[in-house]
Amino acid sequence: MDLTLILSQLLNGVQYGVLLFLLAAGLTLVFGIMSFVNLAHGSLYMLGAYFGATTYNHTDSFVLAILAAVGGCILVGVILERTAISRLYMRDHLDHVLVTFGLVLFFNEMAQIIWGTQPYFLPVPAWLDSTVEIFGMTYPSYRFAIIVAGLLAAVGSHLLIHKTRLGMLIRAGSVNPQMVGALGVNIKLLNALLFAIGAALAGLAGVMAGPILSVQSGMGEPVLITVLVVIVIGGIGSVSGAFYAAIIVGIADTMGRAFLPMLLREVMARDLANAAGPAIASMLIYVLMAVVLAIRPQGLFAAQKS
Amino acid sequence: MTSPTTRWKLETIVPLALFVLFAAVPLWGHLADNTFYIAFFARILIYGIAVAALNLALGFGGLVSLGHALFLGIGAYCVAIPSFYGIDNGWLHLLLAVSICAVIGLITGAISLRTSGIGFIMITLAFAQMGYFLFVSLKQYGGDDGTTIAYTSKFFGIDLGGVYTVYITAFLLLVLLTWWTARLRKAPFGMVVRGARQNARRVSAVGFPARRYLLVAYVISAVLTGLAGLLLANLNSFASPETLSWIISGDLVVMLVLGGLGTVFGPVVGAFAFLGLEEILKMVTDHWLAVFGLAIVVIGLVGKAGIIGLLASISQRFMRGPSAPPSSSPAAPAVGAANNNHKRVQA
Repeated sequence: MDLTLILSQLLNGVQYGVLLFLLAAGLTLVFGIMSFVNLAHGSLYMLGAYFGATTYNHTDSFVLAILAAVGGCILVGVILERTAISRLYMRDHLDHVLVTFGLVLFFNEMAQIIWGTQPYFLPVPAWLDSTVEIFGMTYPSYRFAIIVAGLLAAVGSHLLIHKTRLGMLIRAGSVNPQMVGALGVNIKLLNALLFAIGAALAGLAGVMAGPILSVQSGMGEPVLITVLVVIVIGGIGSVSGAFYAAIIVGIADTMGRAFLPMLLREVMARDLANAAGPAIASMLIYVLMAVVLAIRPQGLFAAQKS
Repeated sequence: MTSPTTRWKLETIVPLALFVLFAAVPLWGHLADNTFYIAFFARILIYGIAVAALNLALGFGGLVSLGHALFLGIGAYCVAIPSFYGIDNGWLHLLLAVSICAVIGLITGAISLRTSGIGFIMITLAFAQMGYFLFVSLKQYGGDDGTTIAYTSKFFGIDLGGVYTVYITAFLLLVLLTWWTARLRKAPFGMVVRGARQNARRVSAVGFPARRYLLVAYVISAVLTGLAGLLLANLNSFASPETLSWIISGDLVVMLVLGGLGTVFGPVVGAFAFLGLEEILKMVTDHWLAVFGLAIVVIGLVGKAGIIGLLASISQRFMRGPSAPPSSSPAAPAVGAANNNHKRVQA
């Protein structure tokens, strides 16, 4: 095990964590403020990837692909919010689960009808198809660009939440939505706006993940469940918690998969390690979540609530 | 309440007729020499058992578990893994399924119950996902592709792998479970669990440790779901990680809500309606999931009285006649208000 391998895996972990954060930020706000369980968030991520891939195949422009993914997801998100989801805010969580579960099945099947069952491939844009030198090792530019874009999104959302009037309303809404409404804020508009921001970030994550993963129906669900783990670890409703937890989960998952089987081989029989290594590695983040919950049920970086 | 006019209500007659139909299926299948439909109905019965088990946690206790497929899968692998080593002793399969589901249910339940609401949903989902990845990575037992079961469970020389034996076993278990659910609604344990759903704090104040009661309900629910998994593995002679996928967990919740949450006959009616609709839609179109998904959205938006609730309101209108004021409409907002109240207490 040499240092460059560890370093490159560490960067891969950060890159995965940053993608998770883009999804987690929108989801945790919707969870925290509207107390809404949105299982269909992964579908928005999938749609973002499809919108991006289709646009790229027609125009050969990655910038247009990003715009199409973000714009398309905002449109779908707002339509969803107005037609179905806004009716559910006052209902209990079981109804949220039912409706969004139905939406997941619907979107996955619609994706198969529209784009077929074969996976789509979104190529890495030419201007990012090279490598960069970091700490004396080479790393793909595209993955590095994801890290940069994700960090920018994190800084942007931090500024949005802590420095703007909208962010103030969002924070107030997460503590006491009734009072914010009573003070004359259009809470409906605020909710729709929040949902749209979440959808935009999900679409961005989808199109950025496109060149790394294959774009296919059902790609949203595994990542959605990982994002749920991130949110639980970070503390429901906390965007900064989601950021730290996303990085932790991203690194833990990537490093676990890369090095755990190797480490186990040092301490136990080879065939046993070969069997147990991948099993433990794939369960690592869930174990991490269970431990966090057993010690701090409100999450590691829970938002302060009265 | 026990006068003959109120006892034979539509919401009782229809499920009982369904049970009569279930009882007739093996006979009809034997005469028509058609095992496909027996296997199909056996699946309905087995899912009915799993949904009845979920009803105990979700319908009675209000625990929105999106991870019950975990126990279904554990039950299935408790047949598959011993079978891999040539062990066909059904009692051992049963012992493994019951004890492992109880232990896993106790551990995951104790951790999950530290949270409530959204947290509980996500944690149960994550635990099921953990099980899913565990079985995917166990390559020696088939990994992703699953494994065929060569040696199905044998009890006293009777092979549970036969389509008739598994059907009759599932039928008897479902009847027993439905009867037990009816008893439980009135029994002290069931009352405490139902009370804990509405207001855990008050139940604790009365002197019943609500969380401990909910945990017991969750563990019983886990073990019963494991039994359904054991039957499912014997029916299919196959176990795969797909049984643990979160889609199955979601399906179970949808079946329960479709039938009627917290009712006695809801699980069996829901499983029948869900799997029946799925089978019909599959015949009509390849993209049945799109229609099905929208149907689930509508069910969620319209409300969750379920089919049993619908039958109850129809029979109520029928009994009272058009002149009497319908009592179902004032009842509905009252239920909603109670839910809101419950939500406020939680928040």
